Amino acid sequence: MTGRTSLGVDVGSVSTKGVVIDGDGNLLAEAYIATQADPIGAAKQIVASLEKQLGGGVKVESVGVTGSARRLIGAMLGANAVKNEITAHAVGALARHPGVRTILEIGGQDSKIILIKGGVVVDYAMNTLCAAGTGAFLSSQAARMGMRVEEIAQAALRARHPAKIAARCTVFAESDLVHKAQAGHSKDDLMAGLCQAVVANYLSNVGKGKQIRPPIVFQGGVSKNGGVVRAFEEALSAEIHVDSDSHLMGAVGAAVLASKAQTGVSFDFQVSRRPCRTTARECAGCANRCEIVTFFAGQLKIDSWGAKCEKGSA
Amino acid sequence: MLKTVISYPHMGNYAAVFERLFAQLFPRAEVRSPPPITQRTLELGGRHSPDFVCAPFKYNVGNYIEALEAGANLLFQTGTGCRYGHYGELQEQILRDLGYDFRFACLSRENSRPSAALRTLHAAGCQLPAHKIAAALYLALLSIRGLDEMEFWMRENIGFAQSSDRIMAIHRAFLHKVRQADSAAQMMRAIESGRCAMQAIKLDKPEHPLRVGVVGELYTLMEPFSNFNLERQLASDGISVSRAMGIWFLLFGRSDARSLQEGGGYLRYPVGANGVDSVAQSLSYARRGYDGILHLKSFGCIPELNAGPALRALSKREGIPILQMSFDTHSGEVGAATRLEAFVDMIRMRKGA
Repeated sequence: MTGRTSLGVDVGSVSTKGVVIDGDGNLLAEAYIATQADPIGAAKQIVASLEKQLGGGVKVESVGVTGSARRLIGAMLGANAVKNEITAHAVGALARHPGVRTILEIGGQDSKIILIKGGVVVDYAMNTLCAAGTGAFLSSQAARMGMRVEEIAQAALRARHPAKIAARCTVFAESDLVHKAQAGHSKDDLMAGLCQAVVANYLSNVGKGKQIRPPIVFQGGVSKNGGVVRAFEEALSAEIHVDSDSHLMGAVGAAVLASKAQTGVSFDFQVSRRPCRTTARECAGCANRCEIVTFFAGQLKIDSWGAKCEKGSA
Repeated sequence: MLKTVISYPHMGNYAAVFERLFAQLFPRAEVRSPPPITQRTLELGGRHSPDFVCAPFKYNVGNYIEALEAGANLLFQTGTGCRYGHYGELQEQILRDLGYDFRFACLSRENSRPSAALRTLHAAGCQLPAHKIAAALYLALLSIRGLDEMEFWMRENIGFAQSSDRIMAIHRAFLHKVRQADSAAQMMRAIESGRCAMQAIKLDKPEHPLRVGVVGELYTLMEPFSNFNLERQLASDGISVSRAMGIWFLLFGRSDARSLQEGGGYLRYPVGANGVDSVAQSLSYARRGYDGILHLKSFGCIPELNAGPALRALSKREGIPILQMSFDTHSGEVGAATRLEAFVDMIRMRKGA
């Protein structure tokens, strides 16, 4: 045994992921659902689903939360580790692939590259300002073509002559896709071109100037898309490892971080049935007009955030 | 006759120095610092500034508008080094177009030279003899040096103090003295007593703490509101923060020639403003074994953009992580915090390995 039994939750913009791992890092339960702009509801569903899979008898002794709603859900679950997505993804990948040198990660709204040397993060980059080439873009384009996002990969892998799609910006990519479709390119070729555009965009923005060394691990929701995986393999002329749990690695990383933290917490699955709510208000203390969110479990105030100074913490 | 009310933009805590300086130069005028920078300041500045101008321009315009609302009618501006030197004229025009009535004393570019500055001061109504002007300037410079020294110490140590409240109290008391000082001798005593008070603070500092150097564009470095208080976030993570940038450094501590020489060949020509300083300082931090460097700039800052490739090469060759962050009027505070937190995790892991 190296750590505690641990719950890890990754609350992203598009999807929410949850895992329970034992002290050796083995997956005991896993869940994946759409966030749909309701992180509290999504996290509750995840916890309920994990509880059902475990069927009682497993005592969770630590909780780690990552993702863009980590502060909120960390408060709700009483987490003992609340970590940024970059560290969580690195720790998750290292738990499965100790020798990894490069982690490619593409999620719903953000993408990152993490470089590892000797099991230690030595460099990273994250997309700034623009969500071009992330999962949300892929699914919106699939929807426009009347396809489910799961069908992109099959279509792309069938393609014979991938259409050339501008990679710089989603607005240009979309107009290229429309233009090429009207010019008579098949949906398969369009989808393959789209996957290549996502990869080209990633490599020229997030991956700019980074030395991508093997072994390379690809994770995040988009790693489930075989078309993008193949486009990466072609662009990098290297083997790309995609774990069967590649979409869960942020949650795994959060769980590992919590499991190894100095102090644990006793976690109660009841939290999924407990009423909780948030209130938002504007602080009138000064012209900053901070937007303050307060989180309540029942009537009890758990935490609040958003204030720049102590005036807003009352 | 309408009473003259003097104001100027904020930057860090230097308003305390300007307050005293202008009170001495214009004994019959009222000196009124603009209200502290808030989100409203930035919104006002952003709304009335060209979209792609750098963030300091927008902050300055916001400060001017709030100062004019509070009754100011004589505004000061200065700037050299980059397009900042051309800001004054444009800002004056923007404020006039908004319908404000004021005088604008612009000590930028060639007008920052002593003879020209003296002319501007006279035109603005300063009737002091030259030796009194010199004495007021000397006191201001002394205050700047004292303030820079104290804040330099604070950045390096506040993360390790058992109580940061005491440090903040000493700092506040010192700023109060800066606003009140009448003579150089008084200021020197204030600096000395501040120094002693700080040195008496109990620190819980490990032998080899994590150390981060901060380099980049001057305004973003010196105005914490404009960089989401990143230095405070680093300190609260138990990190010793080093930053050479300050007004004293700008006035007396820098030279392009020396920075090029100390830049290890990563840059061969000056790239404007403090671009070469960023490179030379980064190399110095790398050689002194610092754990990481933050390179901060406002979005659209050309000199620091120019320094970017040199810094990337330096990071690779010297093996020191450099995180570059750009700031504008958007409130991406969570994004900035995420990147900084990951950076801190990374340098901590590297140090532990």
